[in-house]
Amino acid sequence: MNNFLFFPTLIAMGYVVGTLVEKRHYRSIHEREKKFLYLPAVTMKTVTHPDQKVMSAELVCGSAVISIDYFKRLLASLRNIFGGTVKSYESLIDRARREALIRMKEMAGDSTVIVNVRIETSTIGRNANKKGVGCLEAMAYGTALTLEK
Amino acid sequence: MIITNIETVPGKTIVEHFGLVSGSTIRAKHVGRDLMAGLKNLVGGELKGYTQLLHESRQQALERMIEQARQLGANAVVNVRFSTSSVAQGAAELYAYGTAVHVK
Repeated sequence: MNNFLFFPTLIAMGYVVGTLVEKRHYRSIHEREKKFLYLPAVTMKTVTHPDQKVMSAELVCGSAVISIDYFKRLLASLRNIFGGTVKSYESLIDRARREALIRMKEMAGDSTVIVNVRIETSTIGRNANKKGVGCLEAMAYGTALTLEK
Repeated sequence: MIITNIETVPGKTIVEHFGLVSGSTIRAKHVGRDLMAGLKNLVGGELKGYTQLLHESRQQALERMIEQARQLGANAVVNVRFSTSSVAQGAAELYAYGTAVHVK
């Protein structure tokens, strides 16, 4: 009898808390992305500023580890039967990447531009060797340039 | 020590190459953190313990790379890349590599 109640409870908890956590996280991501609009991050290797000298260059990086909730994992495994877009994982990866980018910008401080930005993702955790995605890490790094004003 | 992940150091010229330098570290997290992460896995969200751990390990890999470059007499490392691989269950390798150069 206990087993019958255990899994629905986990799923309900995963759904309620997971949705709340995701909404709050997206809100804070939007807020901080607006704050860092002055600092562009580009994938180009150089920026051409004809009459501005580069004062300093340093490596900056940021990373975030995000995990998926129980409800979404169930949805994804159901989706595996029929195929198609797995929306629940899309939002997970999106959150991790954007969070990593924001942290990288935080580390750059008052630089002018970040060039040659790379984003890497890797799955870590107990299920890393198996098929299931437990949690995933996104890491962004680039070179922060400070130009002469 | 100047570290960049582009081929040059902007505003300076490379006068000497020292070749590849690299640093790596393999870390495992302790049981307590693993347990907490397992609980957090139910409701989703960020795993702060893991983020912290990976950040620290990556800094250590960078430190080791910088130390190697310093021994060669370089004053900058250009074209730095990172890579991650899981070697054993519950352990991850963080690897950083780049080219040691002397700039003026």
